[in-house]
Amino acid sequence: MISELSHFLNVIDVPADWVGLRATKEAATTRSVRDGIPETNGSSLTQGVMVEVLVKGQIGYAATNLITLEGIQAAAQKAYRQAIAASEWNIHSTPISARPKVVGQYVSPLMKPFDALSPGEINDILIKITRELKVSDQIVQTSATALTTETETWFVSTNGSEVYQHFFRIGTDYSATAQEGAIVQRRSNNGWLASCYQGGLEYFITPDLWARVQQVGTQAIELLTAEDCPNETTTLVLAPDQMLLQIHESVGHPLELDRILGDERNYAGGSFVKLQDFGNLVYGSPLMNITFDPTVSGEFASYSFDDTGAPASREYLIKEGVLQRGVGSLESQARTGVKGVACARASSWNRPPIDRMANLNLEPGDQSFEEIIAGIDRGIYMESNRSWSIDDQRHKFQFSCEYAKRIENGKLTKTLRNPNYRSITPQFWSGLIAVGDRSTWQMYGTPMCGKGEPNQAITVGHGSPIAVFANIEVFGGGA
Amino acid sequence: MLENSFNQLVEEIRNQLKPDEQFTLTLDSEQSQFTRFNHAKVRQTGSVNDGNLQLVLMHNQRSSYREFPFTGDFENDRRTAIQAIASLREEVAQLPENPYLVLPAGNNTSREVHTGQLLNPEAVVSALLPVVTDLDFTGIYAAGSVIRAYADSVGQKHWFATDSYSLDYSLFTPDGQAVKGTLAGSDWDSEAYQARIEESRSQLSRMAQPPKSIQRGQYRTYLAPAALAELASMLSWGGISESSHQQGGSCFSAMRRGEKKLSPKFTLKENFKSGLVPRFNELGEIAPLELSLIESGELINMLTSSRTAKEYGLEANGASEGEGLRSPEILPGDLDHDRILQALDTGLYLSNLHYLNWSDRPTGRITGMTRYACFWVENGEIVAPIENLRFDDSLYQFWGENLIALTNFQEFVPEVGTYGHRNLGGVHVPGMLVENFTYTL
Repeated sequence: MISELSHFLNVIDVPADWVGLRATKEAATTRSVRDGIPETNGSSLTQGVMVEVLVKGQIGYAATNLITLEGIQAAAQKAYRQAIAASEWNIHSTPISARPKVVGQYVSPLMKPFDALSPGEINDILIKITRELKVSDQIVQTSATALTTETETWFVSTNGSEVYQHFFRIGTDYSATAQEGAIVQRRSNNGWLASCYQGGLEYFITPDLWARVQQVGTQAIELLTAEDCPNETTTLVLAPDQMLLQIHESVGHPLELDRILGDERNYAGGSFVKLQDFGNLVYGSPLMNITFDPTVSGEFASYSFDDTGAPASREYLIKEGVLQRGVGSLESQARTGVKGVACARASSWNRPPIDRMANLNLEPGDQSFEEIIAGIDRGIYMESNRSWSIDDQRHKFQFSCEYAKRIENGKLTKTLRNPNYRSITPQFWSGLIAVGDRSTWQMYGTPMCGKGEPNQAITVGHGSPIAVFANIEVFGGGA
Repeated sequence: MLENSFNQLVEEIRNQLKPDEQFTLTLDSEQSQFTRFNHAKVRQTGSVNDGNLQLVLMHNQRSSYREFPFTGDFENDRRTAIQAIASLREEVAQLPENPYLVLPAGNNTSREVHTGQLLNPEAVVSALLPVVTDLDFTGIYAAGSVIRAYADSVGQKHWFATDSYSLDYSLFTPDGQAVKGTLAGSDWDSEAYQARIEESRSQLSRMAQPPKSIQRGQYRTYLAPAALAELASMLSWGGISESSHQQGGSCFSAMRRGEKKLSPKFTLKENFKSGLVPRFNELGEIAPLELSLIESGELINMLTSSRTAKEYGLEANGASEGEGLRSPEILPGDLDHDRILQALDTGLYLSNLHYLNWSDRPTGRITGMTRYACFWVENGEIVAPIENLRFDDSLYQFWGENLIALTNFQEFVPEVGTYGHRNLGGVHVPGMLVENFTYTL
């Protein structure tokens, strides 16, 4: 494909300062079973080319799924006309340096290829999962899903870039819903579709699969008779599968430079972070170390180059609680003068790249799970996200989890249902009083991070140890 | 031309089929322009030519699908379709039986083509931006043609094509307060655009005062139509779905059990009379022009797809597979526009809401944030804009005993979503006045 794209690049005729062609081919398979019956089986193929044209400091784009010389030529001319029409109203003159020359490739680690199991065999396993989840007649619904995606991207440009990246991604999910009269409780494996990785079926048939399935079903039943989470202000311990969401919403999004610049204000909102905050804002306690790290093997949003060709590297966004740099592409860095990362990403060939999280991780501390719990007289431990909401400045949030335990005198005690908590971002992170060690660190991800106009749903990865926050308002369910 | 290409492809697939096989074929296609603005300047501008076919093959009580590009180049698309059929045959034979598989049936056909007068793509920037140069204008203009089509092995066929545009924008004050506006249709009207901007400019002037901080608690609240539309949208997320109810997930199960009712003032229905979205679903079934869901506070119907109907022994009502609202309407009440502030008296006026989610779906509890032009009102007079507030309340309260009044007018709030492709339609809703709306942070 690189040679085909290079050929198109040489032949198309537009008087632009720079032209880039980014082709994407993505094959995704969905298989899901509910209550032992197949619900969804199938696969999708999408492929197309995004043509970007830089002229008079303005980029125009045109995306087409007709991958022929005629299709690309027509797209290039459209992109050129769009750029010219907008150039007098340009918000910032984009330099060619925002699209640097780069040559390289990346391939996801893969141990067990997707075709190592046939569609029938995958369905058999999903059916078995749903049957094993039904540990009691009070389980009224069980479901299991496996998603695989193979994505190839090729990028060439008139200043000599040639990048090929090949991603294998897998996401799995299973859950059980228990009901007793008006009480309904759902328990899943780490929250809806949180088990998302780069790799193959080794992330589907894991060594602990059947034990975990049994645990999910049993905990759904356990929640039916559990006490409701109390309404109080207490010490809150969050498991890594909830930290996934906490990091994403209250650190990742507010640090995006395009939000701070206002591009996103009409849709998802702006940020309480200002440009002058970079380098000096105390975002959280000294225990808070957040990295942008697309180099972690197997994490869902790893890559070597972003969708504009910027080489990716591990960078501290927040170090010892102090804000260091933004989630901002080369383009946003040129607009702001703030240090950023290689994060210009597009959801597919039919959307332009924008500032995006990749893997955003909380770095581990030095206490084991047992040591952390032993150090808490009274508190609540929560696992697995079930609800999320945060304001348009990424300030006031409210999150809910599936499963919680009381912590009393250094021990996990009663199970609690309907656990919720709410807080304000800087206060919350300032209350970070303990961070688990590497043994507590787990990575998760989601394919559904929404942003942008036109809208784009993209993959992100988040790794975290368990984390402890002081003086948090928690509450239960019910109207 | 695309229609011819689609029809040719349908014939090709029919010819390829074996006698005991069935298929459905659905098409999403668009030629769209997207221009994104920030600070009354262009942030990004471009176009997307996209098309996507989904072919479902059914055989021996088993099924699978293939999605593949629809380019409009028949030979190209034909090759892909033939490969898809071969691949589906191989896969379907391996799959477990699905006793609830619904085969296409019936003889529905339809064809709707709505042509419009849209701005030339290269004229968009010069048409929109000179009007707002003195404003902090941000948002997106999306326009072009959208196609939804369907065909199957029993001969049903539907074609729905429409030219449309939407402008979804916000205006900001220097300290970050904002008002929102949307404009949508099939014919661009520059006078209507200028009038809408003037209206927004006037609203923005109200935002100049410093925002007032409101303590958590319960307040009498007016929710404008855009805010009510956000609440209504939650019902598509496992709310009004029969399947969700059967599997323990619906907020309306308490009404089904006869434990709860909503206010007699509240009526919700699906109403396809506006013709903005296709009435056919993934099986070619045609939804009724109107379907009553909640009538005067009583649950009449949940959205029931054919699969759900087959599984639970019920009757389908034209719902799509996801059992979400496609053309919803909340009926108006009797509150005059001019009496809204007087009726509110003292409390909060909310123009919009943001980032809603179920905080407890079985009890109908929803959380979210206030957003855009939201005001503190005293004695029927707007006093000041407010700082963002979080609410967390149950629909059994705000559409139940706490519902004071609905306005006697409705607004059409267009669907401007573009995940995957440009969405169609929108929701017809009034504004509503409620007692004791609960704010938590």
